[in-house]
Amino acid sequence: MLSVSSILFLGSNASATETAAAPTKLYGTITDKDGIALPNIGIAVTGPEEFTKNVETDAQGNWEVEILTKGSFNLTINQDDLPEGQSLTDPTKATIRANVFSLGNDLKLLFPIGPGIAKASMLERSAQLALDGLILGLVIGLAALGLNLIFGTTGLTNFAHGEILTMGGLLIYYLSAVLKFPVLVAAPIGVLLGAFISGFLQDRYLWKPLRKRGTGLIAMLVVSIGLAIFLRYFFLFLFGGDTRQLPQYAGQAGLEFGLVSITPKSILTTSIGIILIILATLWLLKTRMGKASRAVSDNPALASASGIDVQKVIRAVWVLGAALATYAGVIITINQGVSFLMGQDMLLLIFAAVTLGGLGTANGALVGSLIIGLFVQLSTLFIPTELKYVGALIILIIILIIRPQGILGKKERIG
Amino acid sequence: MDFLFITQQTLSATIGVNTIIFALAAIGLNMHFGYTGLLNFGQAGFLAIGAYSVAVPVVSFGIPLWIAFLIGIFNSIIFALLLGIPTLRLRADYLAIVTIAAAEIVRQIARSATFNEWLGGSDGITGKFGKEFFDLNPFKSGLDTPILRFNANDLWVVIVGWSLVAVITFVMWIMVNSPWGRLMRAIREDEDAVRSLGKNVYLYKMQSLIIGGVIGSIGGFVYALSRQSVQPDNYGTALTFFAYTVLILGGAARVFSPVVGAMIFWFLIVFIEQILRQGVSNNLIPDWLIGVNQVGQIRFMLMGLGLMALMIFRPQGIFGDKKELALDAKA
Repeated sequence: MLSVSSILFLGSNASATETAAAPTKLYGTITDKDGIALPNIGIAVTGPEEFTKNVETDAQGNWEVEILTKGSFNLTINQDDLPEGQSLTDPTKATIRANVFSLGNDLKLLFPIGPGIAKASMLERSAQLALDGLILGLVIGLAALGLNLIFGTTGLTNFAHGEILTMGGLLIYYLSAVLKFPVLVAAPIGVLLGAFISGFLQDRYLWKPLRKRGTGLIAMLVVSIGLAIFLRYFFLFLFGGDTRQLPQYAGQAGLEFGLVSITPKSILTTSIGIILIILATLWLLKTRMGKASRAVSDNPALASASGIDVQKVIRAVWVLGAALATYAGVIITINQGVSFLMGQDMLLLIFAAVTLGGLGTANGALVGSLIIGLFVQLSTLFIPTELKYVGALIILIIILIIRPQGILGKKERIG
Repeated sequence: MDFLFITQQTLSATIGVNTIIFALAAIGLNMHFGYTGLLNFGQAGFLAIGAYSVAVPVVSFGIPLWIAFLIGIFNSIIFALLLGIPTLRLRADYLAIVTIAAAEIVRQIARSATFNEWLGGSDGITGKFGKEFFDLNPFKSGLDTPILRFNANDLWVVIVGWSLVAVITFVMWIMVNSPWGRLMRAIREDEDAVRSLGKNVYLYKMQSLIIGGVIGSIGGFVYALSRQSVQPDNYGTALTFFAYTVLILGGAARVFSPVVGAMIFWFLIVFIEQILRQGVSNNLIPDWLIGVNQVGQIRFMLMGLGLMALMIFRPQGIFGDKKELALDAKA
């Protein structure tokens, strides 16, 4: 009888909820772009357990809110209170979130304020977004080209392709921020290292042995998922969870060209990207190896029978694809910073672009990438910014209903 | 090291709530992938639909929980139809890309501030939406033995959950051994052959997608109820991938394999995590190598490596039969 009662205990009471210990202060200072304090700006705070509070900044631009519970709080600045000519640098970020995990640790929060882009006309916004979209499309295209070539020659749907971008970003971060190489030196070294590690070594020590074993395509797809999970958390383990900027060229001001503004670093990285894509296309169209790679995608057995070294072609495609994807990661890192999730965030867009253009067709990948890039950015004219990727994915599904083989694809892919 | 504690934690996890959730998700995938050959990478979307369907109606609209379950089943059927109509005619790898995109759409809409009012944004929904379920809990106290430990609510979820798993597994067993089940396997092996016999392959694939999806959304019910909260980022692509790991671990196209796979999966995860945690906190593993906060990351790295190794060296899983499932019939 004793043993029965000892099994049971009052489990539900043991885990009583923790509540208020020390109050926590959320605070900050609101200043305009020149650092002058802005008084009487309203901030609305909402949080768990229906917590709401409205505060205003004092004469020095300071504000603070005391909270007594853990949880996530949303702070929304009243944009109408901002004086003429001042607005948030990103008008969609009027609400910021503060996560309070432990009480007693005060949190400082910032609303970045600058010259108003919110007041830009529809035409100016469209032009700027179109430019941003083309740049995004180029980044997707660089990654998609490699994914598509690898798919074409080996049939592998590589879910670990996004991690090549992340590794490119990390390589240039470590080279330039830790080893103190100038970015202009670090970037080419990073791309070469990326091509060697993510392309040559990955194919030599993982995919080639698997092809030799006769591992099936779906099995390889699942292997690439495992690799992606491993690498993603390995990068998190090494690098931590935050987004970091390169120290060099961090706060570069944009140059104005008529309707649009673009930073010099963005012009340079994008131009090199375009050159790389042109070179890759020429390689595919004009060189022996490039032609061989197209022969292998078309019919590996026949290509092999006509004297093409299929393994060598595949190796070349891996190295080229990895170099392009690494450079895509470098572009993102130079312009927006690097985080361990960078590749994962891009992967679905890359897939969408490739599927849209036609899996296995090199030109299709580029067309699809530009469409996806433009669509993602321009759609924010009409839908909230946070839903812009949803728009791209919905387009993908609609295209598949209307034209399952993609824009430039062949019919064979329909199962 | 406190081996008794490790044993207790590990065994409780082996038959615990997470095992039930992953078993249900993997049973659904077994229907899709194991028996019909559909490479559905959007299972997390079905779980999310199930979870949100029990939380949103109750919290935001005051609808009774029992009706919310019906809404959840209904929503997952609708989602399966939406997913299936454009994709079921595609080749397996396209299906994978589209379904993963669809699940991501569900998650991003759920976490967006635009629908914050109903879906709770990126914080999700926390509330007592499971009250009607826990009011039926006959256990006034939890279970606390040296080898197993659950609090009262978890004990109730575990008992109801395993009953559900048993019923669903039994129904699956009947289905896959019926003429209908043999037809499904025939579709997996050779679609064209089935078509030539005058069967509407598209319709059968859709049935498979709906049935597996509904089972997945029941997993979502358990997920939401057991935690009394729904967090959108729990329903990311990783959930689908780990459900696949569970399925492949047990061996696809076996009725019991998702259940066994889920038990082994959680046994290994919690066991390794506890060993690492104890090792780190007792300074058996040096601090510069693995910090306290990095144990979770190591766990994920091992899961990734494990999935790779499993697929390379034993694609048929522990109990699977290589002859039963030629994994690449559709590639």
